Amino acid sequence: MSTFVSKPELPPPASTVGAVGWLRTNLFSTPSNVVLSVFSFYLLYLVIPPFFDWAFLSADWAGTSQEDCTSGGACWIFVSRRLELFIYGFYPTKEYWRVDLLFALLAVLFVPQFFDAFPYKKLFGILLLTVYPVIAGVLLIGGIFGLVPVETGKWGGLMLTLVLAFVGIVAALPFGILLALGRRSEMPVIRAICIGFIELWRGVPLISVLFMASVMLPLFLPEGMNFNKLLRALIGIVMFQSAYMAEVIRGGLQAIPKGQSEAAEALGLSYWKSMGLIILPQALKLVIPGVVNTFIALFKDTTLVLIIGLFDVLASVQSAITDPAWRNVSTEGYVFAALAFWVFCFSMSRYSQKLERRLHTGH
Amino acid sequence: MSEIHTKAPSGENWAVEIQDMNKWYGGFHVLRDISLQVESGERIVICGPSGSGKSTMIRCINRLEEHQAGHIFVDGMELTNDIKKIDEIRREVGMLFQHFNLFPHLTVLQNCTLAPMWVRKIPKQEAEKAAMKYLERVKIPEQANKFPGQLSGGQQQRVAIARSLCMAPKIMLFDEPTSALDPEMIKEVLDVMVELAEDGMTMLCVTHEMGFAKTVANRVIFMAEGQIVEENEPHEFFNNPQNDRTKLFLSQILNH
Repeated sequence: MSTFVSKPELPPPASTVGAVGWLRTNLFSTPSNVVLSVFSFYLLYLVIPPFFDWAFLSADWAGTSQEDCTSGGACWIFVSRRLELFIYGFYPTKEYWRVDLLFALLAVLFVPQFFDAFPYKKLFGILLLTVYPVIAGVLLIGGIFGLVPVETGKWGGLMLTLVLAFVGIVAALPFGILLALGRRSEMPVIRAICIGFIELWRGVPLISVLFMASVMLPLFLPEGMNFNKLLRALIGIVMFQSAYMAEVIRGGLQAIPKGQSEAAEALGLSYWKSMGLIILPQALKLVIPGVVNTFIALFKDTTLVLIIGLFDVLASVQSAITDPAWRNVSTEGYVFAALAFWVFCFSMSRYSQKLERRLHTGH
Repeated sequence: MSEIHTKAPSGENWAVEIQDMNKWYGGFHVLRDISLQVESGERIVICGPSGSGKSTMIRCINRLEEHQAGHIFVDGMELTNDIKKIDEIRREVGMLFQHFNLFPHLTVLQNCTLAPMWVRKIPKQEAEKAAMKYLERVKIPEQANKFPGQLSGGQQQRVAIARSLCMAPKIMLFDEPTSALDPEMIKEVLDVMVELAEDGMTMLCVTHEMGFAKTVANRVIFMAEGQIVEENEPHEFFNNPQNDRTKLFLSQILNH
């Protein structure tokens, strides 16, 4: 009889673990992969160092005018000098504090949503959707509480983009839910109206919606009745986005098994109670990716208001670029605009992932 | 197990009365001239081959399906298109489904308290107390704060029973409650149903569990092709079937 002798425990071969191992498996595993990896590194080498050099190393950060942009890199002086236009548009300088206050309030209410441990998340969320828009309206428009009125034609830049996006998002979601429910309704009139609405607004480009709202609507309205331009743009954006939102939500509603609504009915819950307590919570959770996608698209679509003469952040960058006092600054301007959009869109994307992870608890 | 055949005292008010009910799915005549009277406290088992319309018939009783001809009366109220009447009837009629249909985004306790709070307007504390009482009755009080996805099939169906009982219904409908369960779980659910029967609940049960029928039913109804073919008390039904179709069905299900 032999006794059991354990074989010595050895470490794995050096070329299969650690950084070397990772490189071998992921980048250099087969000859064609080696070629691809080398080619990709070459492309990165062509693109990244020059960009880095242009944007940071050779860039000019401090100064007052075009003359100070002497090095060959990015002229960030342009951005810092025109930053007020990019953020506030034509808002009166004396009243900037009102916009600043709103930015601060937005940060205070929204940023805690990212932290799990924060106790007042739900309260802040509700405030953000109900009280904040009212405060924003009062502060931005003015006219009461001793605030100087600022007409909407003077709004512009990042502030205008955020107003358009925020109102669009907050209004399109409930409206979209109602349209989706209406489209699935058994009452033929309601269903026909909802289908007609959705197909109409989805069938035309947003730019033509804004154009028609701005240019053609006054032709149809009686003499002297003047509809605020910003309001027209907002209505157009909300109608348009609700149609898209409705279809995304309808997808979620269709995915809920029929047994759920049957069980709710059997318990005596009315249509609206079963929708609000049982079906919609499950359906909305399912379509978070689609809904956030629509929100992000909405945010970027707000740039189209340029066509009707409203100066959002992209339009204000463009107008600053054509200023003869600055030459050759288009790249810097567009990089800044792209960065501004990216910050907000990426935040929405991260928040949605957080929301999805949190709502997965339980099932 | 002793057989429970005590008949409830009969009166003018049937718990459920169906008169010459007909139903079509589009052009297909799924229920033909159904007539049935159920007394309060009676236990009816409905059996038959698939497609015979058994589930459709009981789903007509709480208006999950609509009938096109004939009359259905539940607890004296007629089932019509009147939403208020329908809601009233649904409060008095509980239903169990083959696939449980628990609400996955709510805990077991919340599943049970939802309807009492929102339909009967019972305050939360009271609803929770009653829910715990019924969860104890179905022998799973410790699962109150779990989500349905964390429970086994038998536990889920028992939660579904507790959820229906929390609305204090007068009539319970069972649509093949054990068909999606394995044999051990079938027993735990049937035990609860037998207790319900012993407590005097009016039950209409579509099932393939003939043992349950023999133990608890006052009447067994056999349906085929949308019609009621035969109805009788269990002993007579199983040992002395009158109709050929019934004989054929019984020979198929009792011989293996």
